[in-house]
Amino acid sequence: MQLILNGEQREFSGVVTLADLVSQLGLDPRKVAVERNLEIVPRSSYRTTALAGDDRLEIVHFIGGG
Amino acid sequence: MSESGKNDTWTVAGRTFTSRLIVGTGKYKDYAQNAAAAEAAGAEIVTVALRRVNLSDPSQPMLVDYVKPDRFTFLPNTAGCYTGEEAVRTLRLAREAGGWDLVKLEVLSNTAHLLPDMEETLRALKLLISEGFQVMVYCSDDPVYAQKLEDAGAAAIMPAAAPIGSGRGIQNFLNLGLILEQAKVPVLVDAGVGTASDAVLAMEMGCDAVLMNTAIAEARDPILMASAMKHAVISGRQAWLAGRMAKRNYAAPSSPLAGLI
Repeated sequence: MQLILNGEQREFSGVVTLADLVSQLGLDPRKVAVERNLEIVPRSSYRTTALAGDDRLEIVHFIGGG
Repeated sequence: MSESGKNDTWTVAGRTFTSRLIVGTGKYKDYAQNAAAAEAAGAEIVTVALRRVNLSDPSQPMLVDYVKPDRFTFLPNTAGCYTGEEAVRTLRLAREAGGWDLVKLEVLSNTAHLLPDMEETLRALKLLISEGFQVMVYCSDDPVYAQKLEDAGAAAIMPAAAPIGSGRGIQNFLNLGLILEQAKVPVLVDAGVGTASDAVLAMEMGCDAVLMNTAIAEARDPILMASAMKHAVISGRQAWLAGRMAKRNYAAPSSPLAGLI
Protein backbone atom coordinates (compact mmCIF):
# COMPACT_ATOMS: atom_id res chain seq x y z
CA MET A 1 0.00 0.00 0.00
CA GLN A 2 1.28 3.44 -0.90
CA LEU A 3 1.10 6.06 1.84
CA ILE A 4 2.25 9.64 2.06
CA LEU A 5 4.04 9.63 5.35
CA ASN A 6 5.42 12.87 6.79
CA GLY A 7 5.40 14.32 3.30
CA GLU A 8 7.15 11.37 1.62
CA GLN A 9 5.57 8.75 -0.58
CA ARG A 10 6.36 5.28 0.77
CA GLU A 11 5.34 1.72 0.02
CA PHE A 12 4.28 -0.62 2.83
CA SER A 13 3.31 -4.27 2.82
CA GLY A 14 1.50 -6.14 5.56
CA VAL A 15 -0.05 -2.94 6.89
CA VAL A 16 -3.81 -2.91 7.38
CA THR A 17 -4.42 -0.63 10.37
CA LEU A 18 -2.66 2.38 11.78
CA ALA A 19 -1.50 0.19 14.68
CA ASP A 20 0.26 -2.07 12.13
CA LEU A 21 2.02 0.93 10.60
CA VAL A 22 3.18 2.39 13.91
CA SER A 23 4.49 -1.01 14.95
CA GLN A 24 6.24 -1.62 11.60
CA LEU A 25 7.94 1.78 11.91
CA GLY A 26 9.26 0.76 15.32
CA LEU A 27 7.53 3.64 17.12
CA ASP A 28 6.17 3.66 20.66
CA PRO A 29 2.52 4.67 20.21
CA ARG A 30 2.55 6.38 23.63
CA LYS A 31 5.13 8.90 22.40
CA VAL A 32 3.60 9.99 19.10
CA ALA A 33 0.47 11.58 17.70
CA VAL A 34 -0.98 10.83 14.29
CA GLU A 35 -2.95 12.90 11.85
CA ARG A 36 -4.62 11.06 8.94
CA ASN A 37 -5.88 13.16 6.04
CA LEU A 38 -5.86 16.22 8.33
CA GLU A 39 -7.91 14.47 11.06
CA ILE A 40 -6.40 13.53 14.43
CA VAL A 41 -6.54 9.81 15.12
CA PRO A 42 -6.94 9.19 18.85
CA ARG A 43 -4.38 6.74 20.20
CA SER A 44 -7.20 4.46 21.32
CA SER A 45 -8.33 4.06 17.70
CA TYR A 46 -5.09 2.95 16.06
CA ARG A 47 -6.20 -0.68 15.97
CA THR A 48 -9.56 0.09 14.44
CA THR A 49 -8.30 2.65 11.91
CA ALA A 50 -7.92 0.88 8.56
CA LEU A 51 -5.55 2.68 6.21
CA ALA A 52 -6.31 3.27 2.54
CA GLY A 53 -3.93 3.82 -0.36
CA ASP A 54 -2.61 7.37 -0.71
CA ASP A 55 -3.64 8.28 2.84
CA ARG A 56 -1.69 11.31 3.98
CA LEU A 57 -0.28 10.67 7.43
CA GLU A 58 1.66 12.89 9.77
CA ILE A 59 3.39 11.21 12.70
CA VAL A 60 4.76 13.71 15.18
CA HIS A 61 6.25 13.87 18.66
CA PHE A 62 7.50 16.40 21.17
CA ILE A 63 10.98 17.78 20.70
CA GLY A 64 12.91 20.56 22.43
CA GLY A 65 11.53 24.05 21.87
CA GLY A 66 11.14 27.42 23.50
CA MET B 1 8.52 36.39 56.57
CA SER B 2 5.04 37.82 56.15
CA GLU B 3 2.08 35.71 55.11
CA SER B 4 2.36 36.99 51.56
CA GLY B 5 5.81 35.42 51.23
CA LYS B 6 4.66 31.98 52.35
CA ASN B 7 2.89 29.53 50.09
CA ASP B 8 3.45 31.95 47.28
CA THR B 9 1.90 30.22 44.29
CA TRP B 10 0.42 31.30 41.01
CA THR B 11 -2.40 29.79 39.03
CA VAL B 12 -2.95 29.57 35.29
CA ALA B 13 -5.99 27.93 33.72
CA GLY B 14 -6.88 26.34 37.05
CA ARG B 15 -3.44 24.77 37.59
CA THR B 16 -1.37 26.03 40.52
CA PHE B 17 2.42 26.23 40.47
CA THR B 18 5.12 27.18 42.96
CA SER B 19 7.96 27.80 40.52
CA ARG B 20 7.71 31.04 38.57
CA LEU B 21 10.34 30.06 36.06
CA ILE B 22 9.23 28.29 32.89
CA VAL B 23 12.05 26.98 30.75
CA GLY B 24 12.28 26.04 27.13
CA THR B 25 13.80 22.80 25.93
CA GLY B 26 15.49 23.97 22.74
CA LYS B 27 19.12 24.63 21.78
CA TYR B 28 20.72 22.36 24.40
CA LYS B 29 23.74 20.17 23.63
CA ASP B 30 21.57 17.12 24.27
CA TYR B 31 18.43 16.07 26.12
CA ALA B 32 20.42 15.02 29.20
CA GLN B 33 21.81 18.54 29.63
CA ASN B 34 18.35 19.86 28.93
CA ALA B 35 16.83 17.77 31.73
CA ALA B 36 19.60 18.76 34.15
CA ALA B 37 19.02 22.45 33.39
CA ALA B 38 15.27 22.15 33.91
CA GLU B 39 15.93 20.51 37.28
CA ALA B 40 18.49 23.17 38.27
CA ALA B 41 15.98 25.86 37.31
CA GLY B 42 13.45 24.31 39.65
CA ALA B 43 10.97 24.51 36.78
CA GLU B 44 7.57 22.87 36.95
CA ILE B 45 6.58 23.80 33.40
CA VAL B 46 8.67 23.31 30.26
CA THR B 47 7.82 24.42 26.76
CA VAL B 48 8.09 21.85 24.00
CA ALA B 49 7.72 21.88 20.24
CA LEU B 50 5.98 19.38 17.99
CA ARG B 51 7.71 18.02 14.91
CA ARG B 52 7.65 15.08 12.53
CA VAL B 53 9.18 11.88 13.90
CA ASN B 54 12.46 10.95 12.23
CA LEU B 55 11.27 7.77 10.50
CA SER B 56 14.69 6.85 9.17
CA ASP B 57 15.98 6.36 12.73
CA PRO B 58 13.19 5.69 15.23
CA SER B 59 15.75 4.64 17.84
CA GLN B 60 17.23 8.13 18.25
CA PRO B 61 16.75 9.77 21.68
CA MET B 62 13.35 11.26 22.42
CA LEU B 63 12.72 14.30 24.60
CA VAL B 64 10.16 12.48 26.77
CA ASP B 65 12.78 9.90 27.76
CA TYR B 66 14.82 12.64 29.46
CA VAL B 67 12.47 15.51 30.30
CA LYS B 68 9.65 13.42 31.64
CA PRO B 69 6.01 14.43 31.33
CA ASP B 70 5.26 13.02 34.80
CA ARG B 71 7.85 15.39 36.30
CA PHE B 72 7.14 18.55 34.28
CA THR B 73 3.97 20.06 32.89
CA PHE B 74 4.54 20.20 29.15
CA LEU B 75 3.51 23.43 27.48
CA PRO B 76 3.37 22.68 23.74
CA ASN B 77 4.13 25.66 21.54
CA THR B 78 3.31 26.63 17.99
CA ALA B 79 6.81 27.78 17.11
CA GLY B 80 7.26 28.01 13.36
CA CYS B 81 3.57 28.70 12.71
CA TYR B 82 2.69 31.77 10.69
CA THR B 83 -1.09 31.36 10.44
CA GLY B 84 -3.93 30.59 12.82
CA GLU B 85 -4.75 27.40 10.90
CA GLU B 86 -1.16 26.10 11.24
CA ALA B 87 -1.26 26.83 14.96
CA VAL B 88 -4.57 25.05 15.45
CA ARG B 89 -3.41 22.01 13.46
CA THR B 90 -0.17 21.82 15.47
CA LEU B 91 -1.89 22.09 18.84
CA ARG B 92 -4.57 19.54 17.98
CA LEU B 93 -1.72 17.09 17.44
CA ALA B 94 0.00 18.27 20.61
CA ARG B 95 -3.19 17.71 22.58
CA GLU B 96 -3.33 14.15 21.29
CA ALA B 97 0.38 13.57 21.96
CA GLY B 98 0.27 14.99 25.46
CA GLY B 99 -3.31 14.56 26.51
CA TRP B 100 -3.87 18.04 27.92
CA ASP B 101 -5.17 21.36 26.67
CA LEU B 102 -2.80 23.96 28.20
CA VAL B 103 -0.79 25.38 25.29
CA LYS B 104 1.44 28.26 24.29
CA LEU B 105 0.36 30.14 21.21
CA GLU B 106 2.94 31.97 19.18
CA VAL B 107 2.21 33.14 15.66
CA LEU B 108 5.31 34.72 14.19
CA SER B 109 5.58 37.38 11.54
CA ASN B 110 8.97 36.96 9.91
CA THR B 111 12.15 35.03 10.48
CA ALA B 112 14.43 38.03 11.05
CA HIS B 113 12.97 39.29 14.32
CA LEU B 114 10.43 36.55 15.15
CA LEU B 115 8.13 39.16 16.63
CA PRO B 116 4.51 38.02 16.88
CA ASP B 117 1.93 38.81 14.21
CA MET B 118 -0.67 40.11 16.63
CA GLU B 119 -3.60 40.26 14.21
CA GLU B 120 -3.08 36.58 13.34
CA THR B 121 -2.31 35.70 16.98
CA LEU B 122 -5.65 37.11 18.10
CA ARG B 123 -7.48 35.23 15.33
CA ALA B 124 -5.68 31.99 16.23
CA LEU B 125 -6.49 32.49 19.91
CA LYS B 126 -10.20 32.67 19.13
CA LEU B 127 -9.99 29.49 17.01
CA LEU B 128 -8.18 27.64 19.81
CA ILE B 129 -10.56 28.79 22.51
CA SER B 130 -13.52 27.62 20.40
CA GLU B 131 -11.85 24.17 20.41
CA GLY B 132 -11.49 24.11 24.18
CA PHE B 133 -7.80 24.94 24.54
CA GLN B 134 -6.39 26.90 27.48
CA VAL B 135 -4.05 29.32 25.80
CA MET B 136 -1.02 31.18 27.12
CA VAL B 137 -0.25 33.76 24.47
CA TYR B 138 3.16 35.00 23.36
CA CYS B 139 2.58 38.58 22.30
CA SER B 140 4.11 41.95 21.62
CA ASP B 141 4.44 44.44 24.47
CA ASP B 142 1.46 46.42 23.17
CA PRO B 143 -1.02 47.01 26.02
CA VAL B 144 -3.89 47.43 23.54
CA TYR B 145 -3.40 44.00 22.00
CA ALA B 146 -2.72 42.51 25.44
CA GLN B 147 -6.18 43.67 26.49
CA LYS B 148 -7.74 42.25 23.32
CA LEU B 149 -6.12 38.87 24.05
CA GLU B 150 -7.43 38.91 27.59
CA ASP B 151 -10.92 39.90 26.43
CA ALA B 152 -10.84 37.00 23.96
CA GLY B 153 -10.12 34.59 26.81
CA ALA B 154 -6.34 34.15 26.98
CA ALA B 155 -5.25 32.15 30.04
CA ALA B 156 -2.06 34.21 30.32
CA ILE B 157 -0.49 37.18 28.55
CA MET B 158 3.17 36.67 27.65
CA PRO B 159 4.79 39.76 26.16
CA ALA B 160 8.27 39.50 24.71
CA ALA B 161 10.91 41.44 26.64
CA ALA B 162 12.89 41.58 23.39
CA PRO B 163 13.07 39.40 20.26
CA ILE B 164 13.36 35.64 20.85
CA GLY B 165 16.95 34.60 21.47
CA SER B 166 18.24 38.19 21.44
CA GLY B 167 19.18 38.23 25.14
CA ARG B 168 18.61 41.98 25.38
CA GLY B 169 16.28 42.10 28.38
CA ILE B 170 13.16 44.24 28.82
CA GLN B 171 13.09 46.91 26.11
CA ASN B 172 9.89 48.73 27.04
CA PHE B 173 9.34 49.03 30.78
CA LEU B 174 6.54 51.53 30.30
CA ASN B 175 4.45 49.22 28.12
CA LEU B 176 5.13 46.18 30.29
CA GLY B 177 4.05 48.21 33.31
CA LEU B 178 0.80 49.16 31.60
CA ILE B 179 0.12 45.54 30.66
CA LEU B 180 0.75 44.45 34.26
CA GLU B 181 -1.51 47.17 35.60
CA GLN B 182 -4.50 46.23 33.49
CA ALA B 183 -4.23 42.44 33.34
CA LYS B 184 -6.46 40.17 35.43
CA VAL B 185 -4.81 37.00 34.13
CA PRO B 186 -1.16 36.05 34.76
CA VAL B 187 1.44 38.10 32.88
CA LEU B 188 4.75 36.44 32.01
CA VAL B 189 7.76 37.88 30.30
CA ASP B 190 8.45 35.45 27.49
CA ALA B 191 11.53 35.75 25.29
CA GLY B 192 14.43 38.17 25.24
CA VAL B 193 15.80 37.58 28.73
CA GLY B 194 19.60 37.47 28.61
CA THR B 195 20.86 37.17 32.14
CA ALA B 196 19.72 36.94 35.75
CA SER B 197 19.21 40.68 36.26
CA ASP B 198 16.69 40.73 33.37
CA ALA B 199 14.62 38.11 35.17
CA VAL B 200 14.89 40.00 38.46
CA LEU B 201 13.62 43.19 36.83
CA ALA B 202 10.64 41.39 35.29
CA MET B 203 9.66 39.92 38.65
CA GLU B 204 10.26 43.19 40.52
CA MET B 205 7.76 44.81 38.17
CA GLY B 206 5.15 42.29 39.29
CA CYS B 207 5.23 39.67 36.55
CA ASP B 208 3.71 36.37 37.62
CA ALA B 209 6.49 34.35 36.02
CA VAL B 210 9.25 34.40 33.42
CA LEU B 211 9.70 32.10 30.45
CA MET B 212 13.13 31.66 28.92
CA ASN B 213 15.18 29.28 26.81
CA THR B 214 18.25 30.74 25.12
CA ALA B 215 19.55 32.60 28.19
CA ILE B 216 20.06 29.23 29.86
CA ALA B 217 20.83 27.03 26.86
CA GLU B 218 23.47 29.34 25.41
CA ALA B 219 25.22 30.16 28.68
CA ARG B 220 28.76 28.78 28.93
CA ASP B 221 27.49 26.64 31.81
CA PRO B 222 23.76 26.11 31.27
CA ILE B 223 23.21 24.23 34.53
CA LEU B 224 24.77 27.03 36.59
CA MET B 225 22.79 29.66 34.66
CA ALA B 226 19.60 27.68 35.28
CA SER B 227 20.35 27.87 38.99
CA ALA B 228 21.11 31.60 38.70
CA MET B 229 17.77 32.15 36.97
CA LYS B 230 15.94 30.19 39.66
CA HIS B 231 17.39 32.47 42.32
CA ALA B 232 16.83 35.59 40.22
CA VAL B 233 13.13 34.84 39.81
CA ILE B 234 12.73 34.09 43.53
CA SER B 235 14.71 37.20 44.43
CA GLY B 236 12.71 39.50 42.16
CA ARG B 237 9.44 38.02 43.36
CA GLN B 238 10.34 38.43 47.03
CA ALA B 239 11.50 42.02 46.43
CA TRP B 240 8.18 42.79 44.75
CA LEU B 241 6.23 41.21 47.61
CA ALA B 242 8.40 42.95 50.19
CA GLY B 243 7.82 46.36 48.61
CA ARG B 244 10.90 48.38 47.82
CA MET B 245 11.93 51.51 49.76
CA ALA B 246 11.12 54.93 48.39
CA LYS B 247 13.68 56.61 46.15
CA ARG B 248 15.08 59.90 47.47
CA ASN B 249 17.08 62.63 45.86
CA TYR B 250 19.49 62.97 48.78
CA ALA B 251 21.25 60.71 51.27
CA ALA B 252 19.61 59.44 54.47
CA PRO B 253 22.18 58.22 57.02
CA SER B 254 21.76 54.69 58.26
CA SER B 255 23.58 55.39 61.59
CA PRO B 256 21.82 57.70 64.05
CA LEU B 257 23.27 61.21 64.34
CA ALA B 258 22.23 61.52 68.00
CA GLY B 259 24.85 60.59 70.62
CA LEU B 260 27.88 61.38 68.42
CA ILE B 261 31.05 61.89 70.49
